[in-house]
Amino acid sequence: MAEQQASPENVLFEYALRLGDDRLILGHRLSEWCGHGPILEEDIALANIALDLLGGATHALEVAAAAEGAGRSADDLAYFRETVEFRNLLLVELPRGDFAYTIARQFFFDAYSVHLMDALSKSKEPQLAELAAKAVKEDRYHVRHSAEWMVKLGDGTDESHARLQNAVNDLWRYTGEMFLSDPTDEAAASAGIAPAAPALKEKWNAVVDDVLARATISRPANEVFMRGGRAGRHTEHLGHLLAEMQIVARSHPGAEW
Amino acid sequence: MKRRKRTLRRTRRANAQPRLERLVAGEPGAVKAKAASAEGEQGDGADSQWPLWEVFVQPSQGAAYEHCGSVHAADGEGALQNARDVYARRGEAIGIWVVPSAAIVASKPEDAGPFFDPADDKVYRHPQFYKIPRGLKGF
Repeated sequence: MAEQQASPENVLFEYALRLGDDRLILGHRLSEWCGHGPILEEDIALANIALDLLGGATHALEVAAAAEGAGRSADDLAYFRETVEFRNLLLVELPRGDFAYTIARQFFFDAYSVHLMDALSKSKEPQLAELAAKAVKEDRYHVRHSAEWMVKLGDGTDESHARLQNAVNDLWRYTGEMFLSDPTDEAAASAGIAPAAPALKEKWNAVVDDVLARATISRPANEVFMRGGRAGRHTEHLGHLLAEMQIVARSHPGAEW
Repeated sequence: MKRRKRTLRRTRRANAQPRLERLVAGEPGAVKAKAASAEGEQGDGADSQWPLWEVFVQPSQGAAYEHCGSVHAADGEGALQNARDVYARRGEAIGIWVVPSAAIVASKPEDAGPFFDPADDKVYRHPQFYKIPRGLKGF
């Protein structure tokens, strides 16, 4: 758990790390589609969204690095931390799966991120407010894109419907982690620098219910959720992702091109 | 807003529609896709493309929409999103139109003679033919 990090001066570091890691890892997962998209235009769209997420990650990790004040850069945080030091949601580190799986995961995250960034743009912490004001515009497009695909796949052929329903069923247990509270989240909320995670659930539910209904996909009844990512307890998939993502930076530390 | 089974199935039907050949010429997979649509049905292979849409972007407020290219998409919203991602993500546009390529009626190369040649020998159709009267101000 993250209790030991809850001292006030560390709250901004921890909170920005969460924002950065979610976007860094999801951006990397999405980038795996580059050159493999189902159609050229969608390949470009996924790469665009991956780049938006990486831009958001860079921004958030810069905030985290400055808040930490230990001389680490955003790149150091991205490329020289171990699995247990990452604070991303389990949802974003899962393998990309098939296209339906990628879309369902993206939609669940987008519907969360757009409301998080909307609330965060009113943060008392100017660095987070600035980051969120930029990200919320991108997120509005992301959720429009992924929601459109949810409806296309869910309300498409028998096969696309079945694949999307499977993906939704598989991923559902990872969605609850977005709305769990812990000491870092509570400290950030009480300091007025971020919305409390549980407060986002109602808005997320409204978006998800609307889109699932239009996609003719049934909402899983399961309300038992996986957790651990925020405290550094990850699935076995994150280590493999990091190995690939970090190899160049670690093989050639300080390299520039 | 209930949209019935609108995309993937419709896409297959749409593939059977004729396309503007000039718009797919030179495109990878175009020959195969055309051959397949001639047979009326195409499997789920990578060559089964969605219908083509022409993209027009408005570069700035008040400017005319200009044709900038085309995208494949299953429907209008998809075409709009693809157009945004392909043609308008670096600040090139403040507005986008997408139009089904099949809705465009185009002149043929063999029309060029009757359509355009007569303009060549009628210089008086150009304003430059006329001298502006001396003394005319603010023209």
